[in-house]
Amino acid sequence: MLLRHTSVDVAERNALTVNPAKTCQPIGAMYAALGIHGCLPHSHGSQGCCSYHRSTLTRHYKEPVMAATSSFTEGASVFGGQANLLKSIETIFSVYKPEVIAVHSTCLSETIGDDLNQIVQKARDDGKVPEGKKVIFASTPSYVGSHVTGYANMVQGIIRGLVERHAEPTGKLNIIPGWCEPADMAEIKRIALAMGADVTMFPDTSNVMNAPMTGKHEFYPRGGTTIEELSRAGDAAYTIGLGPFTAGPGTEMMDKNFSTPHSIQDLPYGLAATDRYIMALKRVTGGDVPEELNTERGRLLDMMTDMHQYLHGKRVALFGDPDLLIPLTEFLRDLDMRPVQVVTGTPGKAFARRMKELFEGRNAQINVKNGQGADLFLLHQWMKNEPVDLLIGNSYGKYMARDEDTSFLRMGFPILDRVGHSYFPYVGYTGALRLLEKILGLFMDRQDRDSPEERFELAM
Amino acid sequence: MRKVAIYGKGGIGKSTTTQNTVAALGEMGKRVMVIGCDPKADSTRLLLGGLVQGTVLDTLREEGEDVELGDVMRTGFADCRCVESGGPEPGVGCAGRGIITSINLLEQLGAYEEDKQLDYAFYDVLGDVVCGGFAMPIREGKAEEIYIVVSGEMMAMYAANNICKGIRKFADAGGVRLGGLICNSRNVDNEKEMIEQLAKQIGTQMIHFVPRDNIVQRAEINRKTVIDYEPDCGQADEYRTLAANIENNDMFVIPKPIEIDALEHLLVEYGMV
Repeated sequence: MLLRHTSVDVAERNALTVNPAKTCQPIGAMYAALGIHGCLPHSHGSQGCCSYHRSTLTRHYKEPVMAATSSFTEGASVFGGQANLLKSIETIFSVYKPEVIAVHSTCLSETIGDDLNQIVQKARDDGKVPEGKKVIFASTPSYVGSHVTGYANMVQGIIRGLVERHAEPTGKLNIIPGWCEPADMAEIKRIALAMGADVTMFPDTSNVMNAPMTGKHEFYPRGGTTIEELSRAGDAAYTIGLGPFTAGPGTEMMDKNFSTPHSIQDLPYGLAATDRYIMALKRVTGGDVPEELNTERGRLLDMMTDMHQYLHGKRVALFGDPDLLIPLTEFLRDLDMRPVQVVTGTPGKAFARRMKELFEGRNAQINVKNGQGADLFLLHQWMKNEPVDLLIGNSYGKYMARDEDTSFLRMGFPILDRVGHSYFPYVGYTGALRLLEKILGLFMDRQDRDSPEERFELAM
Repeated sequence: MRKVAIYGKGGIGKSTTTQNTVAALGEMGKRVMVIGCDPKADSTRLLLGGLVQGTVLDTLREEGEDVELGDVMRTGFADCRCVESGGPEPGVGCAGRGIITSINLLEQLGAYEEDKQLDYAFYDVLGDVVCGGFAMPIREGKAEEIYIVVSGEMMAMYAANNICKGIRKFADAGGVRLGGLICNSRNVDNEKEMIEQLAKQIGTQMIHFVPRDNIVQRAEINRKTVIDYEPDCGQADEYRTLAANIENNDMFVIPKPIEIDALEHLLVEYGMV
């Protein structure tokens, strides 16, 4: 009983968060920045922030994460961090030679009012940014929103700093993936290419955060969207954003700044969300859905129908980030499972609204809470009151799953105690198939563990 | 040692009043230290005969954390010790954090220790900080008595009342008390009576009414306190009286800030002659 102090009675709380279902904005900003080729993220604040954000990413992706810091001291917090950042930019370009420095702020630099726009402009004016190199920035105070907000803010920083519009339209399609694994980003791109689209995808962390071992350490791995590609993204014909929370604001910015028509879809987790993604692609390309994707869809449907008896009516508790939870809950609903408890620490009224829409006209009992007061303590209390068959969430869920003896599927960020998430996608039809396989495996293992000898089945 | 903090609305004359009072106390033979808690670093100009170079934070920034008391402390008129906290330029950094850093550093350096044999430490706090830095001089173990500089103008009285709210908040935890209001006259009608009444309603006293006199400005131009510049003038005696009143003060209270309605009523009652 690791969480033995979690009480069954849910008391009204308005000031205390216990085991939050979110983390710092800069982690999201750092992850998004790593999706640009040759980019060095830079944390404008004290060293501890940078260390924590880097190590959390490393523990999840099992890859080295390079990032620099303004190393604030007491003096910097009183006099402002301009001198530190200017010096940092100079040093980074001369020593680490990135193509891009992506600066994000921290709680401290935000609170003392450092203006990244002004400081970065000064660095340019002072000639500290070499020809052809770029410095982009995003404001990411952790006391606003969550890591989800940080990702969205850095995506906008990328657009503001790297995307341009020239006279010649390219006719290409921009895809802005919300926060998902590098393998998911690669799968999103594969589907778009299979649909015949000419794609610029940004950010793109595939081959950065799941780079192969080659025997040689690459400071800037092969993957990531290049600044050349990004500089032409403003001439594209269309932008599809995947994930209203993490990709939505950037997608709208593309339309606002470059008049690129857009649509915002959910991240393609599960059958229905993948259908919607493919239909959005079809509207842009005008082509037919290729046999390859139809076959994948058919296989998913096959497993859904074959295994329905193991899924029907199973109660699920979920926590994580909105752009994952919305399509995941929808998929569970479509599997005839019963998602009954959903929690995210990320605020936003749109989340509760979308959740409600998913169950409109259905006789479903579902507890949803997000933002202030939505934490793992609350979810655990709900689980104690109304036990579930399956818990889905990041590694922090393992304590609850152990205490309640509940099957547990690791999904979301961070996953600190398993591997595979960065290599095998959960998006698309094949990803959904893998998700389904994982869920079924958990239920069947449990049945094998718990069934009496006379009901222990060979074939299931 | 008595630790005194002077608060009041920006521009009300805190620094001028503080320095003249300190000069008068020095003249009486008291050993006084002034700690200027203002990024402008102009709280000791009249005592030192010019703006100080090398504030605590400048020194910290330039020389790292290896700062010695002698690096930041100067001796001015009547042997009083002067320290300027300093801080960022307008528009950057955090002035509040600057005050916190600087006072912590002075404590570490032993500026207040027994061997310095100080009778008084005066904190001159800038009027416009509203964050946690504002309260640093009145947190536990720091200033114990507060004087608020005020005039008969509405906004000055409003600010004084607001400062009382801050004092009240820290009074329970830190033992800080209000010693009184210092009226720095702006020649408002019925000013003295109005401030006496305000003091009464807040639960304190008007410790002295300092009349307006241009000798103060002339002394300032010459980078001196009135006590130093023209020791025999009437205004110098006013500051001597204020210093004596502070020296002999025994009325220390937890203020009771009044409602805005009551404040406006006070203005109507006394201000409309």
